[in-house]
Amino acid sequence: MTVFWTTWIIVLTLGNVLFALWLLSSTARKKHGDAAAGPETTGHTWDGDLAEYNNPLPRWWLGMFYLSIVFGLGYLVLYPGLGAYRGTLNWSQANQWAGEMSAARVSGDRIYARYAAMDASALQHDPQAMQTARHLFAVNCAQCHGADGHGARGFPNLSAANYQWGRDPDTVIQTITEGREAAMPAWGEVLGDNGVRQVAEYVYTLSGRTGEPALAREGQALFATYCVACHGQDGRGTAALGAPNLTDTVWLYGGSVASIAETVTKGRQGQMPSQGSRLTPIQIRLLAAYVTGLAEESNGQQP
Amino acid sequence: MNVNATYNDRVVRQFALMTLVWGIVGMSVGVLIAAQLLFPALNFDTPWLSYGRLRPLHTNAVIFAFGGSALFTTSYYVVQRTCHVRLFAPALAEFTFWGWQLIILAAAITLPLGITSGKEYAELEWPIDIAIAIVWVVYAVVFFGTLATRRVKHIYVANWFFAAYIITIAVLHIVNSAEIPVTMWKSYSAYAGVVDAMVEWWYGHNAVGFFLTAGFLGIMYYFVPKQAGRPVYSYRLSVVHFWALISIYMWAGPHHLIYTTLPDWAQSLGMVFSLMLIAPSWGGMINGIMTLSGAWHKLRTDPILKFLIVSLSFYGMSTFEGPMMSIKSVNALSHYTDWTIGHVHSGAIGWVAMISIGALYALIPKLWNRPAMYSTRLIDVHFWIMTIGIVLYVTSMWISGVMQGLMWRATNADGTLTYSFVEALKATYPYYAVRLAGGALVLSGMFVMAYNVIRTITHKDASAPAQPVLDPA
Repeated sequence: MTVFWTTWIIVLTLGNVLFALWLLSSTARKKHGDAAAGPETTGHTWDGDLAEYNNPLPRWWLGMFYLSIVFGLGYLVLYPGLGAYRGTLNWSQANQWAGEMSAARVSGDRIYARYAAMDASALQHDPQAMQTARHLFAVNCAQCHGADGHGARGFPNLSAANYQWGRDPDTVIQTITEGREAAMPAWGEVLGDNGVRQVAEYVYTLSGRTGEPALAREGQALFATYCVACHGQDGRGTAALGAPNLTDTVWLYGGSVASIAETVTKGRQGQMPSQGSRLTPIQIRLLAAYVTGLAEESNGQQP
Repeated sequence: MNVNATYNDRVVRQFALMTLVWGIVGMSVGVLIAAQLLFPALNFDTPWLSYGRLRPLHTNAVIFAFGGSALFTTSYYVVQRTCHVRLFAPALAEFTFWGWQLIILAAAITLPLGITSGKEYAELEWPIDIAIAIVWVVYAVVFFGTLATRRVKHIYVANWFFAAYIITIAVLHIVNSAEIPVTMWKSYSAYAGVVDAMVEWWYGHNAVGFFLTAGFLGIMYYFVPKQAGRPVYSYRLSVVHFWALISIYMWAGPHHLIYTTLPDWAQSLGMVFSLMLIAPSWGGMINGIMTLSGAWHKLRTDPILKFLIVSLSFYGMSTFEGPMMSIKSVNALSHYTDWTIGHVHSGAIGWVAMISIGALYALIPKLWNRPAMYSTRLIDVHFWIMTIGIVLYVTSMWISGVMQGLMWRATNADGTLTYSFVEALKATYPYYAVRLAGGALVLSGMFVMAYNVIRTITHKDASAPAQPVLDPA
């Protein structure tokens, strides 16, 4: 800040404070004839009966005003306020933030150092580690995957037995760190309405359900032509490509014939945002252990 | 007969009725959006019923339509009576009425359509901004014209406050609304980045200071002594607190931007001047409440006086609370929480709406030539419904605000947040319900008032007389 602007700010600030002080001192003096709520008014009358007493300023009110001015001036000596003058405490909000952050890091680093020495299974069995992971999940992941990790339409259920991109620890860490972009192409133009219907019926039967056999048979041929490249001959998918396994009960966009037909017709573009720049590697390892733990928990409960 | 021989109360009557109408409209929208926070389905999946569009409609309707109409009503009424002269340029006064109503109508159409400049409390787009500037300048001509033609030497204190409010709002509105139009209904601010934010809150806070404080102090300085039948407590106090208030208020805007990219020095000045503002603000409260000393017994029989005195209590409370919230360490907790909402409503409902309603109850019988309102008992009923409503509203938002601040800031030893945002939101739900109940009570009080007003002005003996201008004493 230039000297001019600093001077400008100081003159205006202190000028206003001095104006307030002058106002107070020039009107605070008791004048002869003052009497609280006395019968004397200023002598002016408006609108028939509007008049004014001229009582002295209440002492407690004056005291409060002076006190706030003294506090204000004291604050401006200690803290930045008068232009480029930084205050005797050398306080700034940036310093305050840095101080609070480094204090938090001291206690945080000690805790994370312990986690760093543990593998995924050890982390899953450590209550404190899972507590940290739960908090990380609630703030960073729950917005899409839900507070319980069960996801929603278009957002994967992390307690499922199969993950679209694979659920071994290293793969999950990679998914969280780098993010994922899934791309199911739209086949509506190529297959036509009939073709889509047939493929959908066939895919519907892959997970052990019975559809319309005639349509499904036609669909199987189309599937072999258009779908196997990613989803495989047997429909078990290719985790490396993010192509889902179609033979299980996990359906990201719904498993009804209509939902499958919509997916085939229009395609899908799922996106998992990359967290590598927001979370530390150990935090990501904690999250990977936590979410795969969710899957094991829920698989154990399955009949 | 001299044309100056009667007061121009036609425009006052028009504004008085619209104050009531806009009060009901603005508060109804408020109740709807309070309900939407509790039951999101109440936006009916309709864009123009969504919270983000209705919230500015609510704020504009209660501040500028309801509050603005109340200020037009009372300033036109008071300036004629205290200057002992007919309103200057009646055609221009009529123009301000229709102009202001058209502006409100334009706001009620454009805001739900999503047409907004995105600046809080200044959302209206540039063509409407220009209309506001024109109407406001005409308002100033009418008001200062009346003041200039007054038949008494001394300007009554209420008029100082009305004058300060009219001049300052013109300056604030024109500077803050400087924008570059790109289409008929889209413009961009003339300022960028943190400068834009600072200009916005210089405007925003002084809109509170001059529109919602100085203007309504003008109402207070006429209606409290009138209704109490007592002289104003201290002329000297009114001089000191007037000049201290209007000079110190100007600096307080940065307290809306504590712990942001606004430079430290500006934040500190905003905080320091906010604290210095307590005493000047309280000067008005003292002058109002002490005016009643010697006439306290009237509170037992006159519910209008209850409105006026309770409004001054809320005024004193929120002008103490505001400076406290401007302290950096307090603001770190209160900022972005419902505490702010509670603070604003204790000012807006407790002070602004209550004093406006008290003034309207005092005015309407006079404007329609009746000895009193149709039912004094219903005024009392309105008073109690409204008071309970405000208390529910403000306390629920205080509790939820402090709770939100504590939950958002809670951290664990490992550096993670103790609560996710959704957990804090879930904890807020019961308070949203209490707030909705409080808001609904305040709104239902307005319907009681509407009934009372309709019965008063449709009484068989009611008329709209041209009252003779009183000769100065």
